[in-house]
Amino acid sequence: MREFGYRRARDVSGALALLAADPDARYLGGGTNLVDLMKAGVERPAHLVDVRELPLDGIEITPEGGLRVGATVTNSDLAAHPEVRRRYPALAQAVLAGASGQLRNMATVGGNLLQRTRCGYFTDVSKPCNKRAPGSGCPAVTGEHHNHAILGATDHCVAVHPSDMGVALTAFDAVVTYETPDGPAESPLADFYLPVGDTPHRETALPPGALITGVVLPPAPVAARSRYRKVRERASYAFAIGSVAAALDVEDGVVRDVRLALGAVASRPWRARAAERVLVGGPADGAAFAAAADAELAAAKPLPDNGYKVTLMRNLMVAVLTELAEEATR
Amino acid sequence: MAPAPSSTSSAVTLNINGEKHHLTVDHRTTLLDALRERLDLTGTKKGCDQGQCGACTVLVDGRRTVSCLNLAVAAEGHEITTVEGLADGDRLHPVQQAFLDLDGYQCGYCTPGQICSAIAVIEEHAAGWPSAATEDVRPEAGPPPLTPEEIRERMSGNLCRCGAYVSILQAVARAAGEHAEATDGKAKETTA
Repeated sequence: MREFGYRRARDVSGALALLAADPDARYLGGGTNLVDLMKAGVERPAHLVDVRELPLDGIEITPEGGLRVGATVTNSDLAAHPEVRRRYPALAQAVLAGASGQLRNMATVGGNLLQRTRCGYFTDVSKPCNKRAPGSGCPAVTGEHHNHAILGATDHCVAVHPSDMGVALTAFDAVVTYETPDGPAESPLADFYLPVGDTPHRETALPPGALITGVVLPPAPVAARSRYRKVRERASYAFAIGSVAAALDVEDGVVRDVRLALGAVASRPWRARAAERVLVGGPADGAAFAAAADAELAAAKPLPDNGYKVTLMRNLMVAVLTELAEEATR
Repeated sequence: MAPAPSSTSSAVTLNINGEKHHLTVDHRTTLLDALRERLDLTGTKKGCDQGQCGACTVLVDGRRTVSCLNLAVAAEGHEITTVEGLADGDRLHPVQQAFLDLDGYQCGYCTPGQICSAIAVIEEHAAGWPSAATEDVRPEAGPPPLTPEEIRERMSGNLCRCGAYVSILQAVARAAGEHAEATDGKAKETTA
């Protein structure tokens, strides 16, 4: 590991100033991803600015009836919070579906949004990777890609975003707030992650030096009946091969409102807007759910070894929507 | 003699098991390596060194964390508890005693991490935290019973290559039961 300097930031403006002082500096949150990548030589910062103890650890109800979650709130505290569990149960479920108890105690909300892909070529510095070394190529396209993207990918990169939390936040229209050298700014999570295109190394809209300060969830009554379902290769403590965050409001058998987002299928948490458009105003039954899933997956471009994901995601969307519809009639 | 602090090392005071340790650490030093290589606290084990196995689990401010992904310099100012700090003199912590009585191990390498994790699991559950095994996470549903499925899920961050999971589960269940009884007893005493 490269040697590095370390400073602990006491306030947000101090953190920005410390980061601006060194172009090779990085913010350190829980460290569950960054320290791991530093050990692997993927990340080589010259300086770490520890933001873990910044006063950004609150969860509060907004005047509009949504939630504001600070960037240094741990995954554990987010998932345990009564208002998260009451208003956005799929968000609590998504966080609980990720990592282990130990890692959730360390990992922060801000860091979770910025975690890097778990693609084996990205984390192995002896291999080419357009995300890690732009222009070096993507061995995953013809290599090991059984858990790679089926939506939104390009020949330049087929890696998936690993977050569970981000999938639920995307379903609920979360807005990321951040502090830049020019002042505070914000971005809907839907626009926060950039399309892959031919620049897979550019992952987010975060300007250089900016610090995520939190996430705002707008009020969403539909989210009170929501679920997160994750499929993985073992029963616990593994990244998803596919996941769904869904919320459904049904009245007299008709879908009044729906939120649907998919995980482990693209370079970012994937909002299934095509499926949502099919569902709203239509019947809440299996045929409609299948048609909605098909509408979303029409754009899927599976690789030779991940075609199973198209079937998996179709079944997953239908299953979760069916469960929510049944719950609504109880 | 410890090297003088530089731009890539710092003099830190680590509070471990109630005792203050002063040392100068290269910033690259993980809490795990500081414990084992600098402070002779070798009860905490190094397994994968990438946050995937749980062998290095310690408690930081009462919460379980993996010490292999925690930098020693970032641990300053926090209360660290390792497996060496759990017993009360010769009296083992109830979770240690349960692992001993029920053979919650085979080779023993993952055991310090399992025990630190189990202590936190019992406290997290007592605090009402749901898990991925909890059917209904809404607070109105009340705290989930600590079923074998709940224990397996909550302990999934600690791998055991020997596969001693059956008795690990029994040990955690027994210790959790004792903890609940003790807590109930205290509650009755204070309300009486």
